[in-house]
Amino acid sequence: MIYNEPSPLETKIISQRWTMENSAAIDTYLATDGYVAIRKALEMTPEAIIEELKASSLRGRGGAGFPTGLKWSFVPRNSGKPSYIICNSDESEPGTCKDRLLMENDPHQMIEGMLIAGWTIKSNKGYVFIRGEYRYLIPIVDKAIAEAYERGYLGKNILGSGWDFDLYTHTGAGAYECGEESALLESLEGKRGIPRLKPPFPAVVGAFQCPTILNNCETFSAVPVILRNGGAWFAGLGTPKNGGTRLLCISGHINNPGVYELPLGFPFEQLLNEVCGGMRNGKKLKAVIPGGSSAPVLTAEEVQGLLLDYDSIAKLKSMAGSGGIVILDEDTDIVAVALRTIKFYAHESCGWCIPCREGTTWLKKILTRFHAGFGQQSDIELIGELANNMLGRTFCALGDAAAMPTTGFITKFRSEFEAYLAKNHLTLEDTTPELVAIEAH
Amino acid sequence: MADPVKLTIDGQAVQAAPGTLVINAAKEAGIPIPAFCYYDGLALQAACRMCLVEVEKTPKLQVACTLPVAEGMVVHTDSPAVQQARKGTLEFLLTNHPLDCPVCDKGGECELQDMVFRYGAGESRYREEKIHVDEKQWSPIVFYDAPRCILCYRCVRICGEGLGVSALGVGNRGAAAEIVPNGGDHLECDECGACIDICPVGALTSGTYRYKTRPWEMEHVGTICTHCSNGCKTTLGIRNGNIIRANNRDRSGINGEFLCIKGRYAFDFNEHPDRLTMPLVRQNGELKPVSWAIALATVAKKFLELRAKKGRFGVLGSTRTSNEENFVLQKFARRILNTNNIDHHRTGDLPALLDALSGRTDALATMGELYTAKAALVIDSDLAQEQPLIAFQLRANWRHHKAHVYVVSPGPVREDSYAETVRAGLGQEFEALETLREKLAKEPELTILFGAAIKGDAVRRLVAFGDSLGIPVKYVCLVDYSNSRGASDMGLLPDLAPGYEAVPEPGLNYDQILSDGALDAVWIVGTNPAARQPLAFSNTFVVVQDLFLTETARQADVVLPAASAYEKTGTVTSVTGEIQKLSRAAKTMGAKPDLDIFQLLAKEMREDLGTVKPESVFREISESVKGYNVSFPVIETGQAIPTYPINGRVAFRPEPELIRPAENTLFTSGTLGRYSEMLNSVLESPGALYRDPIRDTGIRVGSVTQETQTTAPVDKPQ
Amino acid sequence: MTFSPELEERFSKLLNSYPPGRTRSAVVPMLLYAQDEIGRVSQELVEEVARRCGVTPLQVDEVIGYYSMLHRKPLGKFHVQVCTNICCQVVGGEDLYHHASSMLGVGNKQVTNDGLISLEEVECMGACSWAPAIQINYDFHHRVTPERFDQLIAALRDGSYKQRAS
Repeated sequence: MIYNEPSPLETKIISQRWTMENSAAIDTYLATDGYVAIRKALEMTPEAIIEELKASSLRGRGGAGFPTGLKWSFVPRNSGKPSYIICNSDESEPGTCKDRLLMENDPHQMIEGMLIAGWTIKSNKGYVFIRGEYRYLIPIVDKAIAEAYERGYLGKNILGSGWDFDLYTHTGAGAYECGEESALLESLEGKRGIPRLKPPFPAVVGAFQCPTILNNCETFSAVPVILRNGGAWFAGLGTPKNGGTRLLCISGHINNPGVYELPLGFPFEQLLNEVCGGMRNGKKLKAVIPGGSSAPVLTAEEVQGLLLDYDSIAKLKSMAGSGGIVILDEDTDIVAVALRTIKFYAHESCGWCIPCREGTTWLKKILTRFHAGFGQQSDIELIGELANNMLGRTFCALGDAAAMPTTGFITKFRSEFEAYLAKNHLTLEDTTPELVAIEAH
Repeated sequence: MADPVKLTIDGQAVQAAPGTLVINAAKEAGIPIPAFCYYDGLALQAACRMCLVEVEKTPKLQVACTLPVAEGMVVHTDSPAVQQARKGTLEFLLTNHPLDCPVCDKGGECELQDMVFRYGAGESRYREEKIHVDEKQWSPIVFYDAPRCILCYRCVRICGEGLGVSALGVGNRGAAAEIVPNGGDHLECDECGACIDICPVGALTSGTYRYKTRPWEMEHVGTICTHCSNGCKTTLGIRNGNIIRANNRDRSGINGEFLCIKGRYAFDFNEHPDRLTMPLVRQNGELKPVSWAIALATVAKKFLELRAKKGRFGVLGSTRTSNEENFVLQKFARRILNTNNIDHHRTGDLPALLDALSGRTDALATMGELYTAKAALVIDSDLAQEQPLIAFQLRANWRHHKAHVYVVSPGPVREDSYAETVRAGLGQEFEALETLREKLAKEPELTILFGAAIKGDAVRRLVAFGDSLGIPVKYVCLVDYSNSRGASDMGLLPDLAPGYEAVPEPGLNYDQILSDGALDAVWIVGTNPAARQPLAFSNTFVVVQDLFLTETARQADVVLPAASAYEKTGTVTSVTGEIQKLSRAAKTMGAKPDLDIFQLLAKEMREDLGTVKPESVFREISESVKGYNVSFPVIETGQAIPTYPINGRVAFRPEPELIRPAENTLFTSGTLGRYSEMLNSVLESPGALYRDPIRDTGIRVGSVTQETQTTAPVDKPQ
Repeated sequence: MTFSPELEERFSKLLNSYPPGRTRSAVVPMLLYAQDEIGRVSQELVEEVARRCGVTPLQVDEVIGYYSMLHRKPLGKFHVQVCTNICCQVVGGEDLYHHASSMLGVGNKQVTNDGLISLEEVECMGACSWAPAIQINYDFHHRVTPERFDQLIAALRDGSYKQRAS
């Protein structure tokens, strides 16, 4: 099922089946080039498959944007240990809701991508790690897996190759941190989702301490079409080093929010005005969060002329991240958004390291007080300094993910924070703990 | 060995072995890098972020505790960026810290306090509310105060990695994360207190010590734990002559990291109100307090009388008294009382082992070697219950050096989790060993540790088995008490004088002394046989020297109050042969060290024992007892020296029936344990089921035949 | 502890899906699936899961405290989760949550007196482009207005609400 009308401006490649009847069924998939790529892959060497991926310039769609072909090339293929294929469907970055659609509407495409990865490193087992909140998808993916077993795409001696591959679903139970790949692996092993020390990286010591290919659901979903049509073809859809299309999840103050598949390098203005039907209620654009809540906010001025690809957004010191784009109009209370953002990271901090655990909590408390009308001028500096004390110093990227947007809000919209001070009806001295506590909840 | 890596730390050229972590390379070079979560020998965490350093050509600050040295690396540990980062981290740490230092046990020796003093900012910018969580008591020993906790996970690691107990975990997440115990609201564990000692702050505190004193009010005396044979160093904190706490936070001694519950908390027997403080003499059938002068005169007179008419004496020595005391006691018996009727409660067949190993000087393993040996084989001992330091050493050897550990045991033991175990009933050990033969023979070397069930001829068979493997083999005879080894080495035996020299006419042994109703006098020093077997004394003059009015003392004619091991100087020898020094830490009014009693009694009898001071007796021992020719200054400064009392065949009288294990558990300590309120309260606490060795270990080694379920563990006698 | 035959079947499949000796992997799914059936994570369940997965109860406890969807206290028959994270927030998610709270008369993570409905303010659950969103048990409802919310609650109460199978 899809939840918004597609746009005619989309380049429907990995979302091409979403609007078909019974799109998740294996027959639909088979009727639309499904499981053609794995047949092709079975005739290819691992090196050739990896070369094709490199040529496609496919980059990880989970958030970090690491080149997929390169990632696969790091996995030792003769370690003597078993190896694993893990699909990160723990989609949790605020602003992101695409993997959900991929699994709901086209699970076989993801399965085929994982199969190709499995063949590449001669792995015999894979897991689809699905966030607990997507519990309803488990029967859907389980059904697709069962169908694939029935038709010989999973199980023993796949398509007569002599190679076996088993695939299972595995559920999370509510933890943003498990989207971090090593925390996900800990969770898969039945533990608290605390990230692991790196190196070694999961490519070498991953699931169950074995070599592992771990990619985002959308990344795997893009693999079959790349093998079918060639890496160069896929790369040609996007901009240099930013190959192909990706699913952008647009939310916020626009007329047609939704998930749209667009080529990398798609112009922001066209997305806003043509794909999404422009600003809601004719309001003016104030800010854009370009890649999920971890991405530092961009002002309306900054996004002028912006092309939506990894490198262009990185140039603005933000990131394309998970493809979640939040559009904020002129009426948006940036302080409230900053507060809600840090509340999220404080809630999701695993607590392992001091700067993240204490930093997110402290920032949450200050912003709560600030938002409640008890802010002080010095708080503005303090927020920035605390974010700096987290940045680059935490165990994993969650600390950065909390610090970067906070810094973004406070520097780019400082005037809004100062305006809050002007509105203050009370001073800190009037604060009672009860008042702050009420607001904190 | 690979070439050293050359790097620069704070402008200083440093060399380190490949793989060395920057934090350790810096430490070697005399440059301290602060850290909370990093702890030698435990898994790397990189959680506290205190050890961030600047590495040239790397944009972000790096974590020194997980960063291996690299050729040409240039590290700055004190640059402005590093200083600022430390300030920031400490500021974060203090946000929810209660800052109740004035009432915190750790105040004055708190790593957080010290770090803030050295690296922190002068003032806090934190103005928000702190989250209060009530303190929790998890056991009679362990209290947890979550707001003080900085989550360095040292406690979780020492308990899981170090002890193999894994009683602590982490609950909740984010700012609400805290340490949680395995019993939900209580601990089911060894109660060793390692978690408390290793805690850098006052989050974990102990029931014995909390709110008792400020650390700087104590004097610290390093001595040797008196509870079992493992010879752990324990540092007693003394205030006004009282022992307030015990720990080993300086990690000196053969035990390094380790102490068990008894070493850390069971010192309280020393100040039990039932301690004897006056001699007692039986008058009209009742024991009445008398002065030392009267008591000694009574004993001297009787001994002289009996000796004059060629009366028969029996002497039982102690397994907790010092080497010097044991040496002098046997001398007293043999020279003054003219008897070889002397023995002690034997818990392992040392003479049989030394005889079987005769001619070899390198076949006894030290405690240190248990941590480095490539392979170890444990036969018939539940180490975690009975030999806790050895259990810790072997486990550490396995986790740090991947040592192979083999176990032959009649019931489940803790080593099962990582060792290769063969279950074999008592008497079936050699069949079990044959199943391991092939694997053992492939080891480069082996240390065999055996319990009391291997005795007499079985010891000879065991050594023959070791010889047949064709690899270097060392042995540990697992004796049980704090100076069991010393009692044997010092000749508290009817057939052997100090150094296992045969005596011309062997005397009566332990059982014979106790069952021979016709003895004229029996002198029992620091042991309580009546708790174990009936005493067949009729017209016998019985003198007992002990800390408490034990079952044995109640049957005495004269009772002399003795000082405990914590109240005397001298040396003791551990199960693995290390000789170490006891230092006097406390004093009980009225009680005297056994050595003093021997000397006073000799004087009263007009006999000359020579200069009876610990140092002079030690000199005599080192000159006359095989294997004890060791440096006194080294021992005096608190070091341990291995002793090897091996020299040729031992002409001993095989008496395997006298080898009886102490049957103590981790939570009992013979008579002493009965007077330790801390041990007893732990046995009655909610986690007590854990502390029932029957549940914990199945069949207890050595007790299967008769006493499996008859005696409550608290009442196990020495 | 006994579970429905369906859940038992799921458990046995689950335990077989991990590499040999890796049954600990089943801890999180087992807890979640069992909670779906019995409404909460009871101490009995902790011990049962520990036994089946070959871990200590402490290891299960550690996991429960970590994952926000595992609840020790009983939830309502219908667990209503309102997202207030930024994408929902900016299009009325917080207002919706406050509406839900006053309409149901319960606060965060509380259950109505009849045990029918529990309410929770949750983090982003992956419905950002169709915000504001709620979940009733595992069913998503998108673009939920206060009026739509009231209709859904009415349906829960009169039994006409149709839950998606899972």
